[in-house]
Amino acid sequence: MKSAVVVFPASNCDRDAAVALEQMTGTKPHIVWHADSEVPDVDLIVLPGGFAYGDYLRCGAMASQSRVMRDVKAKAEKGVAVLGICNGFQVLTESHMLPGALIRNAGLKFVCRRVAMTVEETQNAFTRKYNHGQRVTMPVAHGEGNYFADEETLDRLEGEGRVVFRYVDGDNPNGAARNIAGILNEKRNVLGLMPHPERVCDPLLGGTDGRALFESLIEALT
Amino acid sequence: MSAMKARVFVTLKNGVLDPQGKAIGHALSGLGFEGIGEVRQGKLIEIELSERDAAKARAGLTEMCEKLLANTIIEKYEIELKG
Repeated sequence: MKSAVVVFPASNCDRDAAVALEQMTGTKPHIVWHADSEVPDVDLIVLPGGFAYGDYLRCGAMASQSRVMRDVKAKAEKGVAVLGICNGFQVLTESHMLPGALIRNAGLKFVCRRVAMTVEETQNAFTRKYNHGQRVTMPVAHGEGNYFADEETLDRLEGEGRVVFRYVDGDNPNGAARNIAGILNEKRNVLGLMPHPERVCDPLLGGTDGRALFESLIEALT
Repeated sequence: MSAMKARVFVTLKNGVLDPQGKAIGHALSGLGFEGIGEVRQGKLIEIELSERDAAKARAGLTEMCEKLLANTIIEKYEIELKG
């Protein structure tokens, strides 16, 4: 599986994503700068966590207008898989590649801890190696992860099986609507999630619940 | 030289949680200000424009709001234009 990690000014999980991808796939991902006009021909594009453009205006707003995002959008429309983690999820909603928005955490605080989630959907390239309903633990680290969408959009996401990860009841770190932690686009080739699967791929880092996400992609895209 | 000055107010739509506004409200009450109701926080963006035609300027500003300045899923905007 060939992959690329997009780096925006003030991305800070690009290295984490690159290390996890290399460990899992055995191949170094391409590192693509935000001002580049094209992403190389790959199977997976990762938009990493961080604070792209210093979160100016709104998280992900400036990044969504960057030159590289035009090509990311075009490639996603052609079916290339796109994974947006944390700030990457915010970039995807600001780019309208995913519905809804990520707003300030309900408790106002930046939350940096492990959260328990359930895998709600496995009929897609990102989570096919998990069991349906499986409980997983991944770290979150964000101040704006409160998923918001109107009721109609939320109903549609649920009805179409596009809510992939949900915080376990009582462990919602940010007030997200319907405990939503991660969603798919309509074509099911774009996933955005607030927790960090790339940080739980190595037992030395305290967990391996993220591995199945990369194993799923390797199986689906190789 | 700018011909017009615009002020764009971007605020959260009704129904969108504004925890910052709430915290500000609590702080005001804590300072002893009485009768504080709901507090909502927004943004003010000032833009200088070289356009001299007010209608064209407004059309341009509306496009700026829709494309970048506001996220219309959660925010609404108002444009104030001075010649």
